[in-house]
Amino acid sequence: MIEGLLGLLLMFMLVGAIVAVETRDLLSSVICVGAVGVGSSIAFLLLQAPDIAITQIVVEVLFLIILIRATIRRDLTAITGDREFFGMVTSIALLAAFVIFGIRALHFLEFGKPAHAALGPVPFNHYLKEGLRETGAANIVAAVILDYRGYDTLGEATVLFTSVIGALAILRRRARKPRGEVLARKQS
Amino acid sequence: MTGMTIIVKTVSRWVGGMILLFGIYIVSFGHLTPGGGFAGGVIIACGYILLTLSHGSKFSLGRLNKSVAAEMDSTGALLFLLLAVLGIVTRGHIFFSNFLQKAHPQGPFRLISAGIIPLCNVAIGLKVGAGLFVVFIILATMKFVVKGEHTETAAGGSQEP
Repeated sequence: MIEGLLGLLLMFMLVGAIVAVETRDLLSSVICVGAVGVGSSIAFLLLQAPDIAITQIVVEVLFLIILIRATIRRDLTAITGDREFFGMVTSIALLAAFVIFGIRALHFLEFGKPAHAALGPVPFNHYLKEGLRETGAANIVAAVILDYRGYDTLGEATVLFTSVIGALAILRRRARKPRGEVLARKQS
Repeated sequence: MTGMTIIVKTVSRWVGGMILLFGIYIVSFGHLTPGGGFAGGVIIACGYILLTLSHGSKFSLGRLNKSVAAEMDSTGALLFLLLAVLGIVTRGHIFFSNFLQKAHPQGPFRLISAGIIPLCNVAIGLKVGAGLFVVFIILATMKFVVKGEHTETAAGGSQEP
């Protein structure tokens, strides 16, 4: 039953993605990207991953769509221009190679069951068995990303911080163009 | 960025506080229920973004201006690093060790448990929320002014200086 529902969601996301690419109106395209994000979040919920479902809904559907809609110019309502033939052929070829290798690499895993049963002794088993006793956290995902692998979370926080600093530094109050021409950027 | 009509303004003023409360709940209970610092931080930022879209950027910058938000971002990052470094000087002498008490004496699923994990969640929630709000304000209210010519705004029309 899960697989039937997931197949239905996949059809919905596929239709949404095709409409997002093919339509010329910018607002419709952005809304279709949001619909793909909603379908993806429901799929995560059906596969029993609520942490990722919450983060997916909030980041992609709310923040990204609002940011896109607030940043583009409001008098630009249609996408003009054609699609390149060489780019399209290359991306379809790479996508086909990815699908073929993915199917061949994962064919020994049953769909919907966790992978650690098939892979043997991995630290995964230790985290699931001893996670609550060693860290005291009921949410094993939080225990893994903040206790067992806290160093990776420090790296991710550094990446977020650097990107915010980069945006702040580029879009400052006054920025000078080369050759002496002053281009003032005002924050309203 | 200008605001919207009075119906939108009234409703979003009621709802904005609840969105912030929900974001704080997701951040602080991150070690017990799904969520954590990243998702909760984005929800807090979205609460302020709702206020910006409905009332105009001047209103929300009056509540939380850019320099205060940038300082909150830096504070969150430094707090996270401080918690990691404190693991060296306390029990264990390992970078990032979980040095506070892990299990509540009355049972496992309590708010005050799991060592430094709730404090790390609070630091990350502060950092992500303030950082994403700053990025949104900068990208959405940026104007290009070329000397002597007309100004054009992102998310607006063109106007003469």
